[in-house]
Amino acid sequence: MALDIASKPRRKNPVLRTPLPTLPPGKRSRAALGLTAAAARGRLELQVCQECGATQYPPREVCGTCLSHRLVWRAQDGRGALTTETVLRTAQELFFRERTPWRVGTVRLDAGVSVIAYVHERVGAPPCRVRVAAALDRAGQGVLVALPEHGTADLSEDAKMRELTSDPRSRKVLITDGKTAPGQAIARALAACGAELIWIGESEPWKKFSSFEALRELPQAKFVPLDVTDGRSVRELAGEIGAKVDILINTADCHRTFSIAARRGVEPAQLEMEVNYFGLLRLAQEFTPIMKARAADGPASAVAWVNLLSIFALSNYPPHGTYSASKAAALSLSQALRAELQPAGVRVINVFPGPIDDEWDQLVLPPKLAPAAVAAAVVEALRGSAEDVYPGDVAQDWLARYLESPKTLERELTAHEPSQ
Amino acid sequence: MTKKIKKKAGAKRATSNLHTLLRGLLASGGVRLVDLTQTLSPAFPPIVLPPEMGQCRPFRMEEISRYDERGPGWYWNNLSFGEHTGTHFDAPIHWISGRDRPDNSVDTLPSKHFIAPACVIDCSAEAKVDADFLLTVRHVTAFEKRHGRIAAGAWVLMRTDWSKRTDPVAYQNLDDTGQHTPGPDPDCVRFLVQERDVLGFGTETIGTDAGQAAHFAPPYPCHYYMHGAGKYGLQCLCNLDRLPATGALIVAAPLKILDGSGSPLRVFAIVPARAGKR
Repeated sequence: MALDIASKPRRKNPVLRTPLPTLPPGKRSRAALGLTAAAARGRLELQVCQECGATQYPPREVCGTCLSHRLVWRAQDGRGALTTETVLRTAQELFFRERTPWRVGTVRLDAGVSVIAYVHERVGAPPCRVRVAAALDRAGQGVLVALPEHGTADLSEDAKMRELTSDPRSRKVLITDGKTAPGQAIARALAACGAELIWIGESEPWKKFSSFEALRELPQAKFVPLDVTDGRSVRELAGEIGAKVDILINTADCHRTFSIAARRGVEPAQLEMEVNYFGLLRLAQEFTPIMKARAADGPASAVAWVNLLSIFALSNYPPHGTYSASKAAALSLSQALRAELQPAGVRVINVFPGPIDDEWDQLVLPPKLAPAAVAAAVVEALRGSAEDVYPGDVAQDWLARYLESPKTLERELTAHEPSQ
Repeated sequence: MTKKIKKKAGAKRATSNLHTLLRGLLASGGVRLVDLTQTLSPAFPPIVLPPEMGQCRPFRMEEISRYDERGPGWYWNNLSFGEHTGTHFDAPIHWISGRDRPDNSVDTLPSKHFIAPACVIDCSAEAKVDADFLLTVRHVTAFEKRHGRIAAGAWVLMRTDWSKRTDPVAYQNLDDTGQHTPGPDPDCVRFLVQERDVLGFGTETIGTDAGQAAHFAPPYPCHYYMHGAGKYGLQCLCNLDRLPATGALIVAAPLKILDGSGSPLRVFAIVPARAGKR
């Protein structure tokens, strides 16, 4: 039965047991995890042989053509022809058993290999041209989806493919700190894309900011007291709304711009850790159990957890040395959070922006990321299926350098004298 | 030997008598105890400074165990807070003007100062209509005309009923020009220090100084002059409306923190039933 995703989902029947989440098959070989790693960033990559140039599918240890082991993952445009399709009507796997019928097809990629892919409802009957994209499924593993060759097809438009996304439409979202510029931008972006209710955390209510107060004009917005440095505050909010939160977006961020030598004592660094690391831990302890329990709670189930990290989490930016360290700690913890939430299929999305155009990055030279651009990246990730998001040119540049050689990037970043 | 025994017996009798006396006074209503302390809670607002400056940690508590697997038969917490959190005591070392005073930190504070008389100046009507109300020498002399001269070594407590603002936003009372809370003006502080030799100054607001005192000359005059003269501060007090203008004894003993500049504390007043009228 196709879900009418354009309209608001019906309220649940409270006399029925809330279903438990099921996951698609999650086992992958080490080689196949390369597909997952690329899908985590929203990219389709396949192995290409460095000896004979043959593209490989499925992922393997040695080249299927020349037996060379020199296989490297390379980005693909995914263009090809849907040659056959079948509709899965019964399945032993519980995940598919609950969701049949499910379209699956064979696509002959222009790169020379045939792949098995889910077929988006906007793709016509074979034979036809398609574009294959990689996505993460609810088990957190890479899968392939055949989309129409031209135009932008949204995974969340298809009732089945929506399972691969964390579409905020008709969902209830908690933004943990509405006093940050990205928090405010994310609230506006979610309102624009149909979130049903947006709880906006307010810490230190005696500090008034006009940009924060302006959020009251959003009809979906509801301010709630939340200070992630206060365990009691987190616990009380989780008690009050935890059973309704479908998407948690942790925007709480403490950014102080000190190098090690620029500040005596550990006081600002402790505050950064309190917010950026312990804040995430407190939220995780209070909200994770209830979100896991609601991961299959109808079409508006608990579905995603977003952490606003920083590109400085990958490699320390010494002028913002302690901040980088706190974000690295948060990144590490978010990986543990992923392990906690994965069995329920709740996705953890980490966002790694470069410097944001706000007061704390005042002295950083452009390009700087507009808070609205961060928000757009968050919404795009929720509507798609990526779990690692690097918005903006600076983040993309750092990521490319990091992937090429973490040590080289470290040397480049530490070559300059901390200026602040 | 005999003398020693006699002395010991005398001391014992004194102890017993003091307890009997106090218990009798409390039971008969001749004396009552008034708690002047706000509850230490994460929700209680801390002092606000520009975010790039060093910050006073707000009160936070993390549970160690609560009759559970972390400690099967007991409940306790780890606490963290700045020295100047909640109802708290300011020692002279808190301010640069008091840094070279003898016995200027909470650990060296002379114990004879733990108990001292209080003069309570009622500014509640003025503070109700003007959040930036400043206590002046004129107000103090008017108080003295009615209640007698402020004794050397007494606390001067400024009653504003500010503690009745239970909403933290109203209690902080910040706008884009900073905080608006009542306090003493510079001349008044100089008068209390130089002419009256008080023990210290206490308020119901966050800070012994007015909310706008950063713009006074000198900035934060109450901190500057009081601590410069080895005097103390008490802030975030409550229940001052239950104290007489004169006659109450204040018990204020801060935590004994090495080189401590202040500390949260339990402050209470011993109030005789027939104390001076307000």
